[in-house]
Amino acid sequence: MADTQQGSAEARTLIANDIDAYLQQHLHKSLLRFITCGSVDDGKSTLIGRLLYDSKMIYEDQLALLEADSKRVGTQGQNIDFALLVDGLAAEREQGITIDVAYRFFSTDRRKFIVADTPGHEQYTRNMVTGASTADLAVILIDARKGVLTQTRRHSFLAHLIGIRHLVLAINKMDLVGFDQGRFDTIVSDYRSCADSIGITDFLAMPISALTGDNISARSTKTPWYNGPSLIEHLETVPLEIDAAQTRPFRMPVQWVNRPDLDFRGFSGLICAGSVMPGDTLRVLPSGLTSLVSRVLTPDGDALQAIAGQSVTICLADQIACSRGDVLAAAEAAPQIADQFEATLVWMGDDQLLAGRPYWLKLATQTVSATIQPPKYQINVNTMERLAAKTLTMNAIGVCNLATDRPIVFESYEENHDLGGFILIDKLTNATVAAGMLHFALRRSQNVHWQALDISREARAGMKNQRPAVLWFTGLSGAGKSTIANLVDKRLHRMNRHTFLLDGDNIRHGLSRDLGFADADRVENIRRVGEVARLMTDAGIIVITAFISPFSAERQMVRDMMLPGEFIEIYVDTPLAEAERRDVKGLYKKARTGQLANFTGIASAYEPPIAADIHIDTTKMSAEDAAALIVEYLIGPV
Amino acid sequence: MYEFRDRVARESGMELIVYQNPEAKARGINPFEHGSQVHTDLWKTEGLKQALDLHNFDVAFGGARRDEEVSRAKERVFSFRSANHRWDPKNQRPELWRLYNTKKAQGQSIRVFPISNWTELDIWHYIHLQAIPIVPLYFAAPRPTVRRDGLLLMVDDARFPLRQGETPVMRSVRFRTLGCYPLTGAIESKAATLPEVIQETLLASTSERQGRAIDHDQAASMEKKKQDGYF
Repeated sequence: MADTQQGSAEARTLIANDIDAYLQQHLHKSLLRFITCGSVDDGKSTLIGRLLYDSKMIYEDQLALLEADSKRVGTQGQNIDFALLVDGLAAEREQGITIDVAYRFFSTDRRKFIVADTPGHEQYTRNMVTGASTADLAVILIDARKGVLTQTRRHSFLAHLIGIRHLVLAINKMDLVGFDQGRFDTIVSDYRSCADSIGITDFLAMPISALTGDNISARSTKTPWYNGPSLIEHLETVPLEIDAAQTRPFRMPVQWVNRPDLDFRGFSGLICAGSVMPGDTLRVLPSGLTSLVSRVLTPDGDALQAIAGQSVTICLADQIACSRGDVLAAAEAAPQIADQFEATLVWMGDDQLLAGRPYWLKLATQTVSATIQPPKYQINVNTMERLAAKTLTMNAIGVCNLATDRPIVFESYEENHDLGGFILIDKLTNATVAAGMLHFALRRSQNVHWQALDISREARAGMKNQRPAVLWFTGLSGAGKSTIANLVDKRLHRMNRHTFLLDGDNIRHGLSRDLGFADADRVENIRRVGEVARLMTDAGIIVITAFISPFSAERQMVRDMMLPGEFIEIYVDTPLAEAERRDVKGLYKKARTGQLANFTGIASAYEPPIAADIHIDTTKMSAEDAAALIVEYLIGPV
Repeated sequence: MYEFRDRVARESGMELIVYQNPEAKARGINPFEHGSQVHTDLWKTEGLKQALDLHNFDVAFGGARRDEEVSRAKERVFSFRSANHRWDPKNQRPELWRLYNTKKAQGQSIRVFPISNWTELDIWHYIHLQAIPIVPLYFAAPRPTVRRDGLLLMVDDARFPLRQGETPVMRSVRFRTLGCYPLTGAIESKAATLPEVIQETLLASTSERQGRAIDHDQAASMEKKKQDGYF
């Protein structure tokens, strides 16, 4: 505890004698981000505390606070509990566990480090994936007394899944097994077979003691049988991902089109792979147009070259269309474009995956709407077994097919994390509900093309002398949707309009007879009805639909399928008590007595429209009046 | 500090909006009579919330860093606040890769911390490399000071009521961090140039927040303040 000041002795001498030389040295330090995996029991927080302490990153006042806290709540008796230095939020301190991702900073004479500290338990899988997503290296901690555990397997699998290329197997608490080589070798051999089954080909095992500092900053004299580097030595020299990225073909997702005046137009973004210089030929994706680079601008002005990791503005010789979300790429080695994919999803949301529901998908600077198909399988994170699954709940990992509403520029996650990694965002709550990694584009999306029809939808509608539309009724069961929809249908028919009524019950006898009433089935049912309604509007028909359609996300999905103004949402607003009192089909009675599961309004939610095009309050308006109002809205005053 | 602020705004052509909590002003809230907690809450936390509401800002940028303080280590780069500016540390969006989810609901606002992953040394280093002007209080100069409750406080202002037995003494001091006056203590220093300041920072044995009275109010005090809407 004598030396509590910052930096190594050599660095301090340099700082004291030649601060400019030191700053010059610091400028050229590279940054390594890594993650520590393990539980508090394995000494994970102790290891991080030790790294900070050994690299002299703990100040006197922090140390004083740490000593006070150690005595108050620590688990190490009179010794310093390094774990307290690392565990952040008040609630977590009390529980003695870390429940989030905390980032810690330290530096040595050769490198700067950011370490992501995440909890080890299975219920925090999403936290670990988050921390791992930005890491170049993972330290997998093992308690030498316990050896390879289920969680070791899980952590290794997750680190591998997220594409971390450098794994360190830190066999900790070697002091408690007498620095025994035999014990070390047994654990390494056990781990090798575990790693093989996951697909990990390379890792570095080292015997350490975070508590006593052996093989942390310097090689320990207690492990003469170990020839490898100390942990810090290894962290200081391991190759960085960003350096590897520089040798790959050029890619830059366009973040912003910089157009301050008519004379200048540049495309700004972060280069995620390769390098670029004036004179290079680039392809703009998805359009596929090419042009020569005329200028490469950095904050310091024109540059002769820029490389992966730099944020730059690129000017092209030709005036070609390019906007945010497009990708600039080396013309001869451009990434692919597709709208259907297979991907691994790590579910992070409180609400489970609803197959068929549209989510926002954000990949690099592209944001599109995407629907996910039911998982092909879920992966048991402890055994790597593939399990059948209908959905994914929080912390579940599965493989799914997904479709985007327009083609996106991508690469497989393995090739490029920036163009293969994405997040899913719930359209209503705006929560980030999943992280995903693209495997490949589905062949059908590349081979199935849209067949252009010679007769346009306008021509078809014109022949019927009408404008196609979708009158979408939504409301609780028994609210009066079908009654009013039927009246509207009859009125329009009398006016020689070509209509068709899609009724909820009828559809479930045919098109959707394979579906039940769970949330995911309701979503799929509405998707099918939406697709049918779209085909019918293409044919020029006025479509009337009467479905409970309880979720706003799916109503919005159908609205998005149609041309602007074509989708007319009609909210048949009947209070639950009133609908239940009427109970025309006797369904509420069944639901109340438990004979009917997932009944909307009772055991399943109904999300009322916030801004329906037409709002019918059935407690104030008769069905006939409502029908007249709707027809007038569609056709105009009669 | 104010003079520096006005000059930077003027020279860069930025529109500077100054807001003060009228209640704090009317009641004459000051740290000497009301304590640092009330003072910080009314002037900084409430004042900021009122100003954000008044102008309907969607986004407020801040310079907070994760290396500053334990509760900041878990702060997101895009940190969401409810319509009444509450921070819910248990319900934060995961931030993966370089992907930030910036979608927000009506009324919500975002505190964005672009230099979250910088360290104190990185900041000084950048200021040095880019020759960014800084407030003179960061540089050492002879200033009248008193020592109180373990902090070295500067007395160059009529707002500062001296306690019995206190006589200001001229000391060569500077500030490592500028919180609100006079809650931030000075340190004795002779560092009058930027390289000297960096040199001193690197050789220092205490963290920069050590000089801030507000962190010592109670255990986990920063986390609590942040939940209430403090920057």
